[in-house]
Amino acid sequence: MRLRSLVAAVAVSALGISLAACGGSDSGDSSGGGGGDATLTYWASNQGTSLDNDKQVLTPVLEKFTQETGVKVNLEVIGWNDLQTRIQTAITSGQAPDVVNIGNTWAASLQATDAFLPFDGDAMTAIGGKDKFVPTALATGGKEGTDPTSVPLYGLAYGLYYNKAMFAAAGLQPPKTWEEMVTAAQKLTVPAKKQWGMALAAGSYTENVHFAFINAAQNKADWFDADGKPTFTGDGNVQGVLRYLDLMQKDKVANPSNAQYDNGTKSVNDFATKKVAMVINQNNADSSIVANGMKAGEYGVVPFPSPSGGEQVASHVAGINLSVFKNTKNKDAALKFVKYMTDAQTQTTLGKPFSSLPVLKDAKPVFTTDAAEAATFQDVYNTKSKPLPLVPAEDQFESTVGKAMNSMFAKIATGGTVTADEVKAALQTAQDQVAASS
Amino acid sequence: MSVATQEATPAAAKPAKKKSKRGLEHRPGLNRWLPYLLLAPAVLAELLIHIIPMIVGIWMSFVKLTKFFISNWSAAPSAGLGNYKVALDFNNAVGEGLLKSFGVTVVFSLVTVGLSWVLGMAAAVALQPPFRGRGLLRTMFLVPYALPAYAGILTWNFMLQRDTGAVNHVLEQLHLSDGTTFWLIGGNALVSLIVVATWKLWTFAFLTLMAGLQSIPGDLYEAASVDGAGNIRQWRNITLPSLRPVNLVLVLVLFLWTFSDFNTPYVLFGTAQPPAGDLITFHIYNASFLTWNFGTGAAMSVLLLIFLMIVTGIYLFVTGRRSRRA
Repeated sequence: MRLRSLVAAVAVSALGISLAACGGSDSGDSSGGGGGDATLTYWASNQGTSLDNDKQVLTPVLEKFTQETGVKVNLEVIGWNDLQTRIQTAITSGQAPDVVNIGNTWAASLQATDAFLPFDGDAMTAIGGKDKFVPTALATGGKEGTDPTSVPLYGLAYGLYYNKAMFAAAGLQPPKTWEEMVTAAQKLTVPAKKQWGMALAAGSYTENVHFAFINAAQNKADWFDADGKPTFTGDGNVQGVLRYLDLMQKDKVANPSNAQYDNGTKSVNDFATKKVAMVINQNNADSSIVANGMKAGEYGVVPFPSPSGGEQVASHVAGINLSVFKNTKNKDAALKFVKYMTDAQTQTTLGKPFSSLPVLKDAKPVFTTDAAEAATFQDVYNTKSKPLPLVPAEDQFESTVGKAMNSMFAKIATGGTVTADEVKAALQTAQDQVAASS
Repeated sequence: MSVATQEATPAAAKPAKKKSKRGLEHRPGLNRWLPYLLLAPAVLAELLIHIIPMIVGIWMSFVKLTKFFISNWSAAPSAGLGNYKVALDFNNAVGEGLLKSFGVTVVFSLVTVGLSWVLGMAAAVALQPPFRGRGLLRTMFLVPYALPAYAGILTWNFMLQRDTGAVNHVLEQLHLSDGTTFWLIGGNALVSLIVVATWKLWTFAFLTLMAGLQSIPGDLYEAASVDGAGNIRQWRNITLPSLRPVNLVLVLVLFLWTFSDFNTPYVLFGTAQPPAGDLITFHIYNASFLTWNFGTGAAMSVLLLIFLMIVTGIYLFVTGRRSRRA
C-alpha cells in the first residue's frame, strides 16, 4: 500500500510536468515595459558578424539619436533563433519593447496579431512619409491594401556568388540561365578534389522555403490565391520545388552532406574556403566570405538565373523591417526613432557594417567596394524581386513547406529518390496543415 | 525537482494530521493550524507551478488561440471540441502527423526503457561483489547523469555528424562502413535518438538498482549457494523478487520520463528534426510555436496527459493486484 501511494505520487508529478510545460511557457519573462517618459526599449536583430558586433555598431548610432532628441534607448540584440519566440512571448504577455526589428517576411503574420502600431497617415508622416522608401520594400510592410505595421530598415536580396578563379580555369562564363548554371556546376564538380559545383543550405527550412518560392515564381506560380487560400500543389509549384531538389538528386552538383546544413552560414563557409564553386545567398554573405579569408575581387555575383523562357525572378524582397508595439507608452518618441533609423544618413552609416541594401529611393549601396556587385544586387532588389505572400498564413507556409523540403533533401541524401508525385503529396500535406490551423 | 516536492507532500501530510488531532486535545489555537501553515508554501508553489498552468493549458485546448488572438487572450472564441477533432482526425494532415509521432514515441520509449533497464541491472549486479576499482567504475558510470543534458547531447550531435563526426571516423577506420552514413537525418535518426537517450538514462536505472541491491541480506545468497543454486538461478529467485518494489517505481518513472522527453530531440536535431525522430512533445512544441496555433497544441498536450494517465492507471492496477495476491 505504501509502495502504491509512492508510485502514484511519482506518476502524478511526472505527468504534471508534461502539461505544465505547455501552459507555463506562455507566461515568459517580462523585460522592459514602457520605462520612463524618455526611454525606449529597442530589440535589434543580429545583422553583423556577432551579437557583440551589432552592439558595437549600433551604440554610437543610438547615442547620436539621444543627443539629437533627448530620448534614451535601451538596446538589446537578439539572435535569429530566439527572435520570433521572443516577439511571440512579448505579444502574448503584453510585456513588450517599444520598437523591434522583424524579418520582413513575418510582417503580414505579425500584423494579424493586432499587437503592432499601424503606420497610418499621421504616423507615416511622422517618420518622413512613405515616398522616401523603395516601393517594393515598403510593400513588405503588411497585407496589401492595409496600413503597414512595419517599415523597411535593411534591404537584402539573393545573388549567385561564383568563384572567379575556378570559372576561369574551366573556361566558363558566369551563367545567365538555370541550364548554364547547372552545366557549369557539373563541370566544376570534381569528386577527386572533393570539390562540388554548389553548396545548398538544404537542412535549413527557412532557406529551403525561399527557394521553393523563387523557383515557383520563375514558373509563374503562386502559393496563395487572391483570397489567401493556399495553392501549394499547382504544377508550377511542384516543378519549381523539384528543380531545386534536382541540384542534389539528378544533377548531383551538391554534396549530399548539405542535407545537414541547417543554416546559410555553413554553405557560405564552404564557398569562402573554396570547397565549392558557387553559392546562392543574400548579400549579407559578404561579411562572412571576407571573414573567412576570401578577398573582394576573388568572387563575382550574378542574379540567380531562371530557366530559359521563365519569369525573371531572382529573389524575394528580403530584409529587415522595423515595427512599433501598439501598447508603447512612448509613441511619439518611438516614431521619432523609426524616422531616425530610416533617414538617409543612418542608412549610409549602417549599410556597410551590416552589408545591407538601402531601402530609400535615391540611396546608393555602400556595403561593397565592388561596383559591379553593388549594381547587381541593387538591380535584383529593385527590379527582379517578388515579395513573399503577404498573407497572415505566411509563417505557416514557411514552416510547413520548408520542413517538407528538409525531409525530401534528407531522403535524397540517404540514397532515395523523390519524384514529382512525391513532391506533390508532400506539398498537399503542407497545405492541409496550413488549412487546418487558419 | 518537482518529483521531490510531490513525493514529500502526501508523506508529510499523514503524520501532520495525527499530530494536529493530539494537539486539539491539549492546546487548541496555533497548534491546530501549524501543520497547515507549514504546508502552505509547498501547496502554494504546487498551485503556481503545476496546477494553475495545467488548468490554463486545459482551457487553451478549448479555444481558438491562434495568432489573431494571442495579444488579447480573452477575445479568443470558443472552439468547443474543434481542436480535439483536428488533432484526432487521422485522415487529415495534422491528425496523421500526430499519430505517426505517437507511433515513433511508443517505439522510442519501449526500446529506451528496455535498454536502460537491462544495462542498469547488468552493471549494478556486476559491481555488487567488492573488488579493486569498484568505486572508480561506479563513479565513471554516473558521469552521464551528472553532466548537464545540453552539453552531453550537443557532444553527441558533433560526434554523429556525417563528414566531421567521430562515429563515422571510427567506423571507417575499423572498416565497418565507408564513413558516409547519415546519423541525424533519414531512418538512422531514430537509432541515434535511442542511443543518446539510453546513454543519458541508464545510469539512473543503475543508481536505483544498485541502492536496491544493498538492502538484500547476504545470507540469502549464502543459503542459496549451499543449496547449489548458480548465479543465474540466484539472480532470478532472489535478486529479482527482492528488487520488485524498486523495479515497480523505476520502470514507471523511466517510461514517463522517456515518453515526454523534450531535451534530447530538441538539442540533438535543432530546427532540422527528421520525421523518424519526431517525438511527441517536440511535435506538440512545433504544432504550437511554429504555426502559432496554441489551441491545437494544448489539445494535443491534454491528449498526451490522458494517455499517460490511462497507462499509469492500468500499470498501478495490474501491479497492485499482483502484490496483494503475493
